[in-house]
Amino acid sequence: MNHSYLEFEQPIADLQAKIQELSSASDDMDIDVAEELSKLQTKCDTLTESIFAKLTPWQVSQVARHPNRPFTLDYIRLILTDFEELHGDRAFADDPAIVAGIGRLQGQSVAIIGQQKGRDTKEKLRRNFGMPKPEGYRKALRIMKLAEKFKLPLITLIDTPGAYPGIGAEERGQSEAIARNLITLADLRTPIICTVIGEGGSGGALAIGVGDRVNMLEYSTYSVISPEGCASILWKSAEKAPEAAAAMGITSARLKELELIDRVVPEPLGGAHCDHKATAMALREVIVEQLGQLSPLLYDDLIARRSERLRQFGEYKES
Amino acid sequence: MSWFDKLMPSRVRTDSRNRGSVPEGVWVKCDSCLNVLYGAELERNINVCPRCDHHRRIGARDRLDRLLDAEPRSELGAGLESVDHLKFRDTKKYRDRLTQAAKTSEETDAIIAVHGAMRGLPVVAVAFEFNFMGGSMGSVVGEKFTRAAEVALQHNATLICFSASGGARMQEALMSLFQMAKTSAALARLSRQSVPYISVLTDPTMGGVSASFAMLGDVIVAEPRALIGFAGPRVIEQTVREKLPDGFQRSEFLLEHGAIDMIVDRREMRDRLSNVIGQLTGRQPTPETVVADPAEDDPQSPQDANPVAS
Repeated sequence: MNHSYLEFEQPIADLQAKIQELSSASDDMDIDVAEELSKLQTKCDTLTESIFAKLTPWQVSQVARHPNRPFTLDYIRLILTDFEELHGDRAFADDPAIVAGIGRLQGQSVAIIGQQKGRDTKEKLRRNFGMPKPEGYRKALRIMKLAEKFKLPLITLIDTPGAYPGIGAEERGQSEAIARNLITLADLRTPIICTVIGEGGSGGALAIGVGDRVNMLEYSTYSVISPEGCASILWKSAEKAPEAAAAMGITSARLKELELIDRVVPEPLGGAHCDHKATAMALREVIVEQLGQLSPLLYDDLIARRSERLRQFGEYKES
Repeated sequence: MSWFDKLMPSRVRTDSRNRGSVPEGVWVKCDSCLNVLYGAELERNINVCPRCDHHRRIGARDRLDRLLDAEPRSELGAGLESVDHLKFRDTKKYRDRLTQAAKTSEETDAIIAVHGAMRGLPVVAVAFEFNFMGGSMGSVVGEKFTRAAEVALQHNATLICFSASGGARMQEALMSLFQMAKTSAALARLSRQSVPYISVLTDPTMGGVSASFAMLGDVIVAEPRALIGFAGPRVIEQTVREKLPDGFQRSEFLLEHGAIDMIVDRREMRDRLSNVIGQLTGRQPTPETVVADPAEDDPQSPQDANPVAS
């Protein structure tokens, strides 16, 4: 059995195990079970559909953090050609928690920046669980400027629990590194398309998340603080994370409804981890379409629209 | 409680903790040196302990009152109020928290903005009210800051921000996070026109406020010993599982690591800021007169004034 099934995926896992069993049994005993198999598969699909149709926000955040979910480098491999990774902030270090570089998207060169998580323990540690340090954000800043200078559209892929809370990170100016990226992106003279592909964790996500279009994959999350963090501060107990997740409205559907994001990119049945390729193709289609909308705009117009879009964020009353 | 406090009748004792404004009590105990201080003296000192120079927190309105010229002053966005767009409820309803915060702080949200002057130099100053939900940033804070930046741009006045905030306001969730982008974008517009922006970090400046406009000043100033950082010390301690170095995330630590330009005593803030602003904008601050004496100012044309140079 595959141990990376989430708790609520267990009924699906059980059914899939049965299908597996039946299909290998049929091989051994040379009996025709095709009809039975297809019935079971349909049942499995229906089950998956019904489970995923009513995921709670907390369950969605589990899917968003799924270890088999495609990460930045998976998307780069699946949607770009001729990719060259670019390293380092030219001042302190290269931060493996952020991947950046240039590549071709259907022939057109683009710059790309994304947080990178690891799948196995060794890689997780090397990527610091996708939590960038200031040098990571400064590498991203360098690539932003490079994109502007050489007129390359900028694609960002967001997938981080948050910026790393460490001693060295504070010493080297984590706040400044994030803030600098925000003001730079607000004014960057090239189209910017941002997509939350997994976890959009707080300022550490936003630091590569300001652009002309902001998308979310269907089962990704985006929030001001992790549900656990919110729960431990407001409820004084991290166990209230499911409540916090619901209260904050962290899912793509909710955030689209609140008009905080532009587009929800649909995921294949059972979530992105079930089919990397299909997910990547869906994302590519959206990015290509949006680039088509943004590319004809003059830079002044592009910046003015981006400015106006950022200016509108906020809900308040005035007496 | 010290023996001296105990001697005082209870109506004279003043609990100074968690009070953001200059206390009205007669006697106040300094949290740092524990000396008992005369309230009026403390007020003269802009809530800085005269014995040990400990910078006590000060309310937004008091701060601007003491720093800006008495005239002209006009408050910006005073009618802005938070709304509970998510119907957010943790152990309390957000709406109830807002009502409570308004009562304790006597402000409508965690920031005030005033268009005025500092020693004759045109400024738009915003100050955080820490007593309003820990100075947290939601839509109102973002909107008021942005409007302040726009007024500064329109009048070619220097923008000054005194931050005191725990970070983004969780009850407004992602909308709060996006205020970081909104305020930073406003500063981008200011920067393009070379309108100066001075950020003054006061105790505490953390999280989303620290990681946006607070760290984007053309000049970044801090009050002594202020806690300034991205992640809170407790979160860092839990993550790295080691003891944090002495003075970690304090103003002096930031100065040493190159994160800020200078540390300025609150009592010198007005002079030092107007010196910086004067030099960046090619003007001279007016010679200091008695603060809050409107007769000494010219309320008609303070923005055009260049009294010393002329």
